[in-house]
Formats: sequence, C-alpha cells, structure tokens
Amino acid sequence: MTGIVGAFVEAWSEIRIHRTRVLLSLIGVAVAVAALTSVVGLGAITQQATTENYERQSGRPATLFVSAYNPTTGATPDAKTLSTAFLTVTDRYSVDWTTRSTYAQVSVDFTEGLTPVDTMVVDVDYGTMHRVQMLTGSWFTAGDEQRLAPALVVNETVWKRLGSPDLRTHPTVTIQGADPVTAVIVGVTPDPPYSQGYATMFMLYDSYMAIAAPAQVQSLYPQFEAWVPTDIAEDLTGLIQRDIAGALGDGWQVDVNRQDYLVYQGEDPLLSIKLLVGGVAVLVLLLGALGLVNISLVTVRQRIREIGIRRSFGATAGRVFFAVMMESVVAAAAAGVVGVFIAVLVVKNPMVVGFIAQGITDVPAFPLEAALIGLGAATFVGALAGLLPALVAVRVKVIDAIRY
Amino acid sequence: MTLLELEGVTRTVELPDDEPLHILRGVDLTVSVGDHVSIVGRSGSGKSTLLNLLGLLDNPTSGAIRFDGRLISDMSANQRDRARGRDVGFIFQQFNLLGGRTALENAMTPLLYASGRQFWRREQIALEMLDRVGLSHRAQSMPEKLSGGEQQRVAIARALVRGPRLILADEPTGALDVETGASVMALLDEVAHSSGAALITITHDANIAALARRHYRLDRGVLAPVDVNRVLALAQPEVTL
Ligand SMILES: Nc1ncnc2c1ncn2[C@@H]1O[C@H](COP(=O)(O)OP(=O)(O)OP(=O)(O)O)[C@@H](O)[C@H]1O
Ligand SMILES: [Mg+2]
Repeated sequence: MTGIVGAFVEAWSEIRIHRTRVLLSLIGVAVAVAALTSVVGLGAITQQATTENYERQSGRPATLFVSAYNPTTGATPDAKTLSTAFLTVTDRYSVDWTTRSTYAQVSVDFTEGLTPVDTMVVDVDYGTMHRVQMLTGSWFTAGDEQRLAPALVVNETVWKRLGSPDLRTHPTVTIQGADPVTAVIVGVTPDPPYSQGYATMFMLYDSYMAIAAPAQVQSLYPQFEAWVPTDIAEDLTGLIQRDIAGALGDGWQVDVNRQDYLVYQGEDPLLSIKLLVGGVAVLVLLLGALGLVNISLVTVRQRIREIGIRRSFGATAGRVFFAVMMESVVAAAAAGVVGVFIAVLVVKNPMVVGFIAQGITDVPAFPLEAALIGLGAATFVGALAGLLPALVAVRVKVIDAIRY
Repeated sequence: MTLLELEGVTRTVELPDDEPLHILRGVDLTVSVGDHVSIVGRSGSGKSTLLNLLGLLDNPTSGAIRFDGRLISDMSANQRDRARGRDVGFIFQQFNLLGGRTALENAMTPLLYASGRQFWRREQIALEMLDRVGLSHRAQSMPEKLSGGEQQRVAIARALVRGPRLILADEPTGALDVETGASVMALLDEVAHSSGAALITITHDANIAALARRHYRLDRGVLAPVDVNRVLALAQPEVTL
C-alpha cells in the first residue's frame, strides 16, 4: 500500500521537476488521443444522425410493413377491413407498437384563407416508432383519440404562420374535412434544415376518419407498421402474414416485410470510414508513444545516478521499476485527459457537428465510451512507453551509479 | 551487540585482457551497535569498495558478511534492499543530493521507501531531522542554493531520517574546507552517538579519523587496526602536501 502510494509520489515529483521535457514529449500523445477520441466521438454522432434519419424514414429495427392486394385484379382491400385484421392480429401476438400511416391533404384556415396542408395521418405509436422530434408541446397521447376537437401536431412553418402561439393556451385552428372543424394544436415539430417554409402536420388516424368526407375515406391507402423485437421479427413475419391472410379470406395476397435500415445494411453502415480514421489515429498514437519512449530512455540514462542514490536508501528493484513506469503512465494519462478535453471541444463544436451530421436534430451527449477509449489508449501507451526505460532503470548498478 | 561481521572478505574484479584485480584481500571486521570506527587509506586502496560491501550494495567474491547475525549471501536482493533502507544510512563525499528537489524533499527520500507511520508522517519526520542539523530555515531551498557544508548537513539528515543502526560515511568532509568539515563531522558524531547508531567513517583526513573510537587502516586491500597516534603521525606528510 505505502509502496504504491510512494511510487505515485515519486513519479509525480519526477514529472513536476522535468515539467518542460515531459510536456514536450506528451504533446504527441495528447494530439493522438484528441484525434482518436474525436474520431470515436464524431463516429457516434454521425452514426446517431444516420440512424435517426433511417429510423425516421423507415422505422426502427425491426419494423414490419403489412400490405395486401389481389394478384389478379390488382385491387387493394378496403382500409377498414385491412385495418381491423391488422389490429386484431398484432393484438393476438401482443405487439406493443403498431401504427397505420397515410398521406392526406387537409385544408387549414390561416387568416389569409384556406390552404391545403400535407398531412400524415398516423396512430399514437408513430411518434415513438419514427422518433418524431418536438420543438414545443408534445406528441399525441392516447387521450387525444377521444377528443371531440381533433388534435394536431403541426410543423414549425404552420405554427409560425399562425403567429407562434403558446401551446399552453390551447390554440385552435379551423380545418376543412367534410365540414369545417375546430382542431387543437398540441405539439410543434421542427422543420428540417433544408425544407423550411413547407407546411406539414400530423393527425391521428381515427380523428381523420371522423372528419373526412366519404370520398376521402375511400381513396385512403394506409400503410400498416408493427415495431417488434429484432430477435423474434422473423417468426412474427410468418405468423402475421398467415393470420392476416386468413382474416381477409381467399383471393388476397398478403405481404409482410421488414424495411428498416438494418435489413439493407449490415450492423454498421459507417464501419469502413470508422476503421480508416481509427487506424490513422492509432498510427498517430503509436508515433506519439515512440517519441515518449525515446525521451524517457534519454531521461533514464541521465538519471542513473539518481536511481543509484535511491537504491542506496532502500528502493528495491521492483520499486524503481514501478516508479519509472508510473511516471510514464501518470504523464501519458494526464496527456490523455488533455486530449479528451480537446476532443470534447472539437466534437461539441456546432460548426463541426453541422459539417459532419447535417440536419441532426438531437446532438447526442459526448459519448462516454469515446472518452474512456481515449483515456485507456493514453494509459496503455504510457505503460508501453514506460516499459523499456523501467527495464533500463532496474538494471542500473548501484555501485557504478554513485561512483564518481 | 554485534551488528556487522566480516570474515575473510575478498573482492576481486575481472579485468578484460588483464590479470584479475584483487581490491580487497581477506578483510576481518566486527562492528557493534554504537561503535564509531574510522578507516583511513590511500586513494585506490579499496575504501569505497569496502564501504559498498558494508552497506549491502555489493557481494564479496569470497568470505562471509553477517548483518544482524544473518549471512547476506543468504538474503534475497529484495531483502537486502529493505534491510539497507531500514538499517543503513549513507553519507557521500559529493553529498549526492537529488537536484531540483528542496532540502526537505531530499531529507524525505528514504522515508518514501518506509512503511506505516514513517511513510505517512515523512514530512514531519524530515522537518524534525532538518531541525536537528540546524537547517529547518532552509527546508524549502534547492541544494544548488546551499553551501557545501549545508548540503552535507542535509545529507546527514537524509541518512538519519529512518533511524538506521549503521551510518556509513565515505569521505564526508572530502569536499569541505577544514573548518566546515570539522563542524559537520562534530555534528555527525553527535547525532550518531545520540541515536545509538554505529558510525563508520572513511577518510583521508587523520584529524577526522581521530574522532573515532577504533581506527583501521586499509593498505592495498588489507585492513589492519592502527593506533590513533600513529594515524595522526601518518597524517603529517599528507598535511604538508
Ligand atoms: N568495478 C571495478 N572495475 C575495475 N576496477 C575497479 C572497480 N571497482 C574498483 N576498482 C578499482 O579498485 C581500486 C579501489 O577502488 P576504490 O574506489 O575502492 O578506492 P578508494 O580507496 O575508495 O579510492 P579513493 O580514495 O580515491 O576514493 C581502484 O584502483 C579502482 O580503480
Ligand atoms: Mg573512494
């Protein structure tokens, strides 16, 4: 115990005394750690951005899409029948997350008159299944389905055209279904960076059905999605396909398939880039380690006399080894902390984030794993670089070292 | 009580392309707790070689060295290192303080290799020892800023912080002027005596040697007791040099 503490004390005093030299030798390590950590950190952000994007488009893994048609006539079953079959079957297999979704145009009465707005008609689960981000207010809840005045989640453009009302005041807007209806705005989604000024909104499936004109209902072709655990996705695909086909009766071809990004791309679509940049960072780190070895070897040679003196006052060979090793480890770990700090500044820099992950709505926190990898790499390099000088230090002949 | 015992100790070094060099030839010496022994000898007579053996830094080529009744050839390297840290304090001619560290840090160095109370209270112990050698006011000074005499006093404090039973001084006054040397030596003698440690002083200087209780002379690797007056007489020609 006192041995370990003592070695730390020694190592620290050693580093303090050779400040400048240690600092110089550590610049390489700090830079390499900063690079490595930045790569891992940016990798995580890029991946998050890409994943979010994929998931917004085609659902989270594993999302099953259900569709049906008549192979001879090409007709599709009517929305209500398929909807009932879908909900019954998914309920049978205890699928927690399901949604219907379809596009519709709903006219909204802005002060300047009625304007058609592209509307996604979905179920409550859609928000979670497609990671819908909120600017203010909140996504639909189960209670919204029972409202008399339909609830709306509008995008930023719509919200701004209505004068950016505070959602706590329950702002309403008149929309045109079969008849004019007053709807309540419960949430606002942010506009994606490159399609500002384009009005869209969400409406719940059942609310839409309640206000839509019969002709509109007729021309509805909803998609059916179920979000299921990936490990049972394959089994469920077969079961749902079979049961819905059974519910619809003869003549209908039912397709159930996965469309989330994991089906198309392997586990990590960015693996090759990550490997490349990571490889470069590891190379830089090894070069930094080489510099560290070089400098600490020179240092140890200069310190042979000092080591001899310490040995004459009772430092064992093991202790000298550990202390010299510790110097390198402590110093490199300190450089690692600096490197990680630089990496955090780089990765959290809005310019960098904007460049690397355009359109990301939710920048993840600096990934802990990146910081740990950076620190771990620095410590490892320190140990590696300390090994050689420590071996030299142990072989110092005390008598020769203090001979003058 | 016998602390250190040498029996027929020889030390030979193999020289490349030459006859082996017999530095020590059959040295017998017994040192007890509280002893003060001086060893004089010409340059090259093997004094430092002998001191390294006494301090468990080196192994004899033949013969037996017993420390505390234990044959040092039976001890592992680690055991010898620990025994040295615990029981031996070195004082060198060139002081050998660690550069860049304050007097206090230097005095604390041996306590870094101690354990328990000695380790945790190292700063206080070192400060007390610096006070003993009259340097508490220079505790934060770097060795380069201290005079030779002050540096050697720091070295004495360092040699004594762990309360060793054996103090080995190799030419402790060699780098000091006569007056400073005498006062440093008086201090060393006093501190060693009050702590009950055995003191072995190796020196050229007959006047320093005369401070000891028992006197030896090393001549071409052979150690023999001498009469103190003879030592002083022998010193005369050297003084005139
Ligand atoms: N490892 C070694 N290799 C070769 N020669 C050595 C070695 N150690 C000591 N010697 C030689 O042995 C002799 C005695 O050396 P030692 O250092 O013990 O002398 P000393 O009495 O301390 O001399 P001084 O008074 O000058 O310090 C010297 O001639 C020295 O060169
Ligand atoms: Mg000598």
